[in-house]
Amino acid sequence: MASKLTRSNGAGWAFALPGFGLIALFIVLPFFFAFGLSLTNQRLISPNPTEYVGFANYRDLLGLAVITLEPERDEAGQLVREADGGIAYPRVRTVTRSDDYPQYRGMREWFRWQSGDNARVVIASDVVFMKALVNTLTFVVVVAPVQAGLALVLALLINQKLRGVNVFRAIYFMPVVVSIVVVSLLWRFIYDGNDGLLNNMLVGLTFGLFEPVDWLGNPDTALGAIMAMSVWQGVGFHMVIWLAGLQTISPTLYEAADIEGASKWQAFRYVTWPGLRNTAILILIVITMQAFALFAQVDVMTNGGPLDSTQVLVFQAVERGYGRQDISGGSTISVILFLIVLAISLLQRWLTRER
Amino acid sequence: MAAVNPENRGLRLAVRYLVLILIAVIFLFPLVFMVVSSLKPDQQLLSDTSSLRAFLPVGDISLNNYADAFARAPVGLFIFNSVVVTGLTVLLALAICSLAAFSFVFLRWSGQGLVLAVILATLIIPFETIAIPLLLIVSRLPWIGIEGFEIGWLNTYRVQIIPWIADGLTIFLFVQYFKDLPRELVEAARVEGASWFQVYYRVIIPLSGPVLATAAILKFLIMYNQYLWPLIVVQQETYRPVMVGLGYYFQLNPAWGEIMAYLTVITLPVLAFYLVLQRAFIASIASTGVKG
Repeated sequence: MASKLTRSNGAGWAFALPGFGLIALFIVLPFFFAFGLSLTNQRLISPNPTEYVGFANYRDLLGLAVITLEPERDEAGQLVREADGGIAYPRVRTVTRSDDYPQYRGMREWFRWQSGDNARVVIASDVVFMKALVNTLTFVVVVAPVQAGLALVLALLINQKLRGVNVFRAIYFMPVVVSIVVVSLLWRFIYDGNDGLLNNMLVGLTFGLFEPVDWLGNPDTALGAIMAMSVWQGVGFHMVIWLAGLQTISPTLYEAADIEGASKWQAFRYVTWPGLRNTAILILIVITMQAFALFAQVDVMTNGGPLDSTQVLVFQAVERGYGRQDISGGSTISVILFLIVLAISLLQRWLTRER
Repeated sequence: MAAVNPENRGLRLAVRYLVLILIAVIFLFPLVFMVVSSLKPDQQLLSDTSSLRAFLPVGDISLNNYADAFARAPVGLFIFNSVVVTGLTVLLALAICSLAAFSFVFLRWSGQGLVLAVILATLIIPFETIAIPLLLIVSRLPWIGIEGFEIGWLNTYRVQIIPWIADGLTIFLFVQYFKDLPRELVEAARVEGASWFQVYYRVIIPLSGPVLATAAILKFLIMYNQYLWPLIVVQQETYRPVMVGLGYYFQLNPAWGEIMAYLTVITLPVLAFYLVLQRAFIASIASTGVKG
């Protein structure tokens, strides 16, 4: 009876089609386009026809090799020393520009280390992309657990039975509704090397002992500064999701734990934490996806600098796809980014699977 | 349990509040700094950062920065653009996503399972990974408007609105909510001869206040705070929204007082809106997590 009343192919399709059509055109189609475009030399505007180039775009981004440089020796076979006492090596370009090694052509040095008297040099087709990849992964690996953990601490604080606790919940959540662009600009001011609030505060607290740092202008601190600000902005969001999870745990379980004489830590370990399992999985996946999408902070605060220390994948994709109108290059980075996000969500699901 | 010394309890309570207040200060100080600085001349704004005066509206207080900020850029236009784009997208999203969810929950049609699966699968595609190919697509899409037929959506309102109307999360929220509504209501209305659209519009929508609020708030936050997408599809001032309009204040030497005034103008309405509807905002975010 019910099925007869609700079966309706015409109305069903008609109602679902506007929404589904928009999703198909603006999400599913570009998603598959990204894969297709990454195999071509498509540009936003170009007089030349688009050509299929195979995996050339991927090679241009991911090409990586290790070469060994033997030290320079004088006629007696002794090592030649640089002015600073270090061993002298031939320049990397003697390899990457040599006709003897066509496979290394155009690659540049990424980093090197010493192995005996030899130097091992990692060369990459696109050093900036490699830095962006490493920075993005670093950002995710640090921000995801830190933000999830701090959000849980805040949720536990807010979950106390205290008068006025909702006021604090509202305040902790406030940065979430403020645009990340606005937040990034405000923090540019906080991190400023001369008049920055952070430096002034640290100098004040240490009675002048602290040496002011140009937080965003120093390659050693810039990415960390962006991480701290991102956690500040996003932690309230995940606090609220943790809170929703906490409220699904039955109070009778806590009463039972209390009667059994459980300590606070034991109650958390054996009642709260198991009850938050699904929330934990969800939060990790959401934070990971958000962290991989890092863009506005970098665009507003550092433009990828100093010395590429805050280059990230989305910023690179936009710089190519939009800045240089190289749609195929931008799409290739997008595909690589998506594959990493997918792999990590699958890995998280597998690690947290029901046993 | 041993009786707790009342003095001790008072102390513990005080410590608890102290912790909560210190954390609150961490979340509030940049916003207080923004509003207070917007009232100060640049010179004083910079010198005040070395003391707590940075957070107090003291010294040479005026609204001059606001006047200068409005003189430097067409702030009113940017706000108008953001309101148009945000408002229209939210309204269209509520209508189109709830209608689709209605057909998934209350109707049976062939292909339904597959279509819903595709929509939910899009949840794992971050927008940032499709922005570049989408830029190519919208630059080639046709459009028939008042001016007739044209190719390309760049530098328009529609390019900021239409791609953002339908999304997997909004449809998912409606589906979850509709599943908990009593099906008998729908069947009763059908027996009485109501059309499917009447059932949707007269029976289901009036019962959907909470989920409409949730979806509207989430969409509002995403749309008003848009940055990456308008940055790459809108080059003309005429259609620029507030977040991209910020670029105006960074030509040559940044005038920090004006910047703070602009930030305050575009942020305070959202914060006020949030403070009034605080419970609904927080419930919206929470509902994206509970059933997921």
